[in-house]
Amino acid sequence: MAKVLMKGNEAVGKAAIEAGCRYFFGYPITPQSELPEYMARELPKVGGVFVQSESEISAINMVYGAASAGARVMTSSSSPGIALKQEGIGYITKANRPAVIVNMMRGGPGLGTIQPSQADYHMCVKGGSNGDYHNIVLAPSSIQEAVDMVIEAFDLADIYLTPVIILADGLIGQMMEPVEFTNKKQREIPKKDWALVGKGKGERHITKNLDLNPLDLERENIELFEKYKKIEENETQYEDYLMEDAEYAFVAYGTSARIVKSAVRKLREEGYKIGLIRPKTLWPFPKEAFKRNNIKKYIDIEMSMGQMVDDVKLACEDVHKVVFYGRSGGVILSSEEIVDFGKSIMGGAL
Amino acid sequence: MVIDDKRIRIISGHYGSGKTEFAINYAVKLNEMGMKTAISDLDIVNTYFRSREKAFELENIGIKVIYSSIKNGNYDIPAISPEIATPVKDKSYNYIIDLGGDDVGAVTLARLIPILDKSEVDFIMVVNTKRPETSTKEGIIYHKKSLEKATGLNITGFVNNTNLVRETTEETLKEGENILFEVSKETGVPVKYTSYIENIIECKPKNIKTELFPMKFFMREEWM
Repeated sequence: MAKVLMKGNEAVGKAAIEAGCRYFFGYPITPQSELPEYMARELPKVGGVFVQSESEISAINMVYGAASAGARVMTSSSSPGIALKQEGIGYITKANRPAVIVNMMRGGPGLGTIQPSQADYHMCVKGGSNGDYHNIVLAPSSIQEAVDMVIEAFDLADIYLTPVIILADGLIGQMMEPVEFTNKKQREIPKKDWALVGKGKGERHITKNLDLNPLDLERENIELFEKYKKIEENETQYEDYLMEDAEYAFVAYGTSARIVKSAVRKLREEGYKIGLIRPKTLWPFPKEAFKRNNIKKYIDIEMSMGQMVDDVKLACEDVHKVVFYGRSGGVILSSEEIVDFGKSIMGGAL
Repeated sequence: MVIDDKRIRIISGHYGSGKTEFAINYAVKLNEMGMKTAISDLDIVNTYFRSREKAFELENIGIKVIYSSIKNGNYDIPAISPEIATPVKDKSYNYIIDLGGDDVGAVTLARLIPILDKSEVDFIMVVNTKRPETSTKEGIIYHKKSLEKATGLNITGFVNNTNLVRETTEETLKEGENILFEVSKETGVPVKYTSYIENIIECKPKNIKTELFPMKFFMREEWM
């Protein structure tokens, strides 16, 4: 199929349908409303179901239900709406059920603003629900990558039986870029022999959340973390950008990474040996990308007050090597301020 | 020539057609020709990439910018300033109206319809045939009709703004022009301009039959 120009939110919706998603439950909120609008328009055409629920909480519990029945299901929202979904995300995680959740982040805390932000890293990567758990978190930096990651997210959810979060921001949702939908081979998906099929249709399956025996729950948690170990070993992704001879490394994801790339090019023109490490999976975090002896400083850039920076410090195992610069509340970084901050760290001498 | 268009230019189009980028470039061109120019942003649907974000830059070069009565470009409130009527009544202005996308966005024009003298108005529809909804003759005519129904005005000209942002080539422009020529043949509405970003298509396109309208990016940062 030839390239078309699409808004991020629409492209994510189309990618989900291409990946076989047939159920979407959601509630509108800027800057992601075009995504439920797209699903409302397009899902019925392929025999799918769209429901605008009465709240985000009911939407995520409808996702839990559809996921338990073995469906490919998605919901989306933006920051405060994702906060409301946290309880349900924990339940889906505990039940080992597959679901894809899209967060087009906006400025917070609270109701905040409608402009783009990256301040939900802690909520989505560290887990905003209760208990011992992780979710796979994918962070696209372009609309094409958002398309590819959504398709991959459905596979990851089905393989590992876990919620997968697409963590993007309002700019990725609202921006238009050329995209193409290639029929990339999807992965081998295990049979869903756990799905609820209805009374009298074969063996009995159960989806459950309550474990009153602590020893049973501990055993399940240990199993959960054995699964997480496999995900960490097999699914970690990151990009190196102009890192071959780099002495300094910016670290950024999503929209920030695009702006940082522009700053890297400007600094390279002036002779600075700097590159960018861009985590594409935020959980599992690409720790191995930070085991480099030749890097003098990791310069973490985010559209937040500093959240991923904690993981960078842990990964490089030297807090003194990590510095942070960010903008918050929906303010978009400029490549000029990143260049200036980079220079203030590297000094004038080349 | 932009100078030959009617005094009031209403710029509309489907979401993502690039109408805001076109409207701003149009206003800047008129201003550079020494015309007294005003632009209003009537977009109450989108919350990102609206011309009001560029109010400061445009006002600095002497263009009057009208948008919400609430002076904050980031608010998600459908409030339009009553000042949008001023350049309609004050005939010393060349007036660009950046209408919201689709029939839904176009209803805001209802406020001005009773005072518009239709002989003073060009109603321009910007089209990008790389957008899925306006990629065919039928799609474009469907959107044309819905805009006309929502406003009660007839489209007087198309702008071929076919693009894939930084991946646009002369062939992209040509492809869009061909589709719009078919629309033109069926509807009798002319294709007024083919617009493109100068930095992306460095040589002047040679095979385009419509008047060329070179533009600069106002709404897109270099990292977008």
